[in-house]
Amino acid sequence: MIEVLIVLVKIVCALVWFLLLTLYLTWVERKESAVIQDRIGANRASIFGIRILGLFQPFADAIKMIFKEDFVPAFSRKFLHTIAPFISFFFVAITITAVPFGDSIRIGERTITLQILDFNVGLLFVLAMLSLGIYGIILSGWASNNRYTLVGGLRGAAQLISYEVALGLSLIGLIMVYPSLKLSNIVYYQGELLFGFLPKWGIILQPLGFIVFFFAALAETKRVPFDLPEGESEIIGFFTEYSGLKWGLFMMTDFMEIIVVSALVTTLFFGGWQVPWLAADGFHWPWGGEWLLPHWLTIVFQVAAFNIKVFFFCWLQILIRWTYPRFRYDQLMDMGWKLLIPLSLVNIVGTGVVMRILQ
Amino acid sequence: MIKALGYFIEIIRGALITSRHFFVNMFFHILKVMGIKTKRKGAVTFQYPEQRKEIASRHRSLHRLVPGEDGKPRCVACMLCATVCPSECIYVEAAEDPELEMQKYPAQFIIDIGRCCFCGFCVEACPEDAIRMDTGTIEFAGYTRDDLVYDLDKLLR
Repeated sequence: MIEVLIVLVKIVCALVWFLLLTLYLTWVERKESAVIQDRIGANRASIFGIRILGLFQPFADAIKMIFKEDFVPAFSRKFLHTIAPFISFFFVAITITAVPFGDSIRIGERTITLQILDFNVGLLFVLAMLSLGIYGIILSGWASNNRYTLVGGLRGAAQLISYEVALGLSLIGLIMVYPSLKLSNIVYYQGELLFGFLPKWGIILQPLGFIVFFFAALAETKRVPFDLPEGESEIIGFFTEYSGLKWGLFMMTDFMEIIVVSALVTTLFFGGWQVPWLAADGFHWPWGGEWLLPHWLTIVFQVAAFNIKVFFFCWLQILIRWTYPRFRYDQLMDMGWKLLIPLSLVNIVGTGVVMRILQ
Repeated sequence: MIKALGYFIEIIRGALITSRHFFVNMFFHILKVMGIKTKRKGAVTFQYPEQRKEIASRHRSLHRLVPGEDGKPRCVACMLCATVCPSECIYVEAAEDPELEMQKYPAQFIIDIGRCCFCGFCVEACPEDAIRMDTGTIEFAGYTRDDLVYDLDKLLR
């Protein structure tokens, strides 16, 4: 009974974290793009005249979107048209179950992992769910029965097959180094030290794997520079025929994908919740000496470290979105097939050779 | 492959430019929040209704009819403005003036701002310097089209 309750509480906490971060990422995107372009950005939304840098803006947007007319074109395939955004949203939202937020908490007799479910195949699960999200896009493009949306959906499919292979292959080197598919285990392995002082993070052991994974994951989020399914300037994209909350779901899916990718990059390559030299009982400095901390404080440090890393990668992705122009889709496929896949294969071979030599 | 490497370097340079803008602007924003005055600002934005830019002296804003010494419009109803107007938004109805010097005066002078394209030709054409676009008023949106039809009462100032 209490087990079920704990899982429920964990689900609620994780979803609240996820959705609040999604909401505020829309605000961060507007503000960050403004600061990059020497502007100020959304700062007018107010409650009773109080406007703290426009922090109420996401709620204003959400309320507007909820009360807009939900228009379904007469020529669309109604059922598929309605279900597509929910498919897209669901498969991204469910990935949060496998993300480890911190080490396990000990309360009395009980240990609670700060992760909704610790799958044995957590990594495969996340990748599978992220790829399934593309179904929502292809479905919406096709069910809208509009040529432009169809082009958008097909571009989404073309993009999927060109980056998805590289995305999978780039992680094989990582799985060779940290021999587990369990995300919590991968994070534990990253807590070890290299040469006694360097934290054994994925970025240090797998730099090439990180570059390939990050590029492929950027393509996964379907934003500029890889926003071919959307193509704002020429085909408007797969959600042309959507309005109101369903369109909002597509937008939210975009931002949730940013967070998922950030969480994945953090978990796989930047030590997840690991703080350098922080063990379960406190800091053990590599130059000798230690700083012992109570259990709850280490947990706070770990969760804070995870959040800071995730925020940093969200920031980086928004920076990338506001820096680069879009790839043409032959260029994207060139990059996927001719650059990223060979690089990831080189990475696998190189990792294998180095591991054999060090054995 | 070499070409791709060249792209990669340029990609990183692009990100450095945008992140430089981000950090420099954030630095000045934070200084402003902390109450430290600096010459340089974090953003070039004018926050319009509260913060207004000074209107240039040659700016073509809302028209006005210049009153003469007696308070009546200087206009002699010569119709040059109505003739030159490319969007045909000026309507002048002349009437006879008992004064010998003037001879004609506008009984009605109507400008339909809704049609006006603010080219300023009427100002250029006027021989009496009776119509000017120097009020500095730039906000004259209305709820109906009739709100935008300005007659002599509204124009004379």
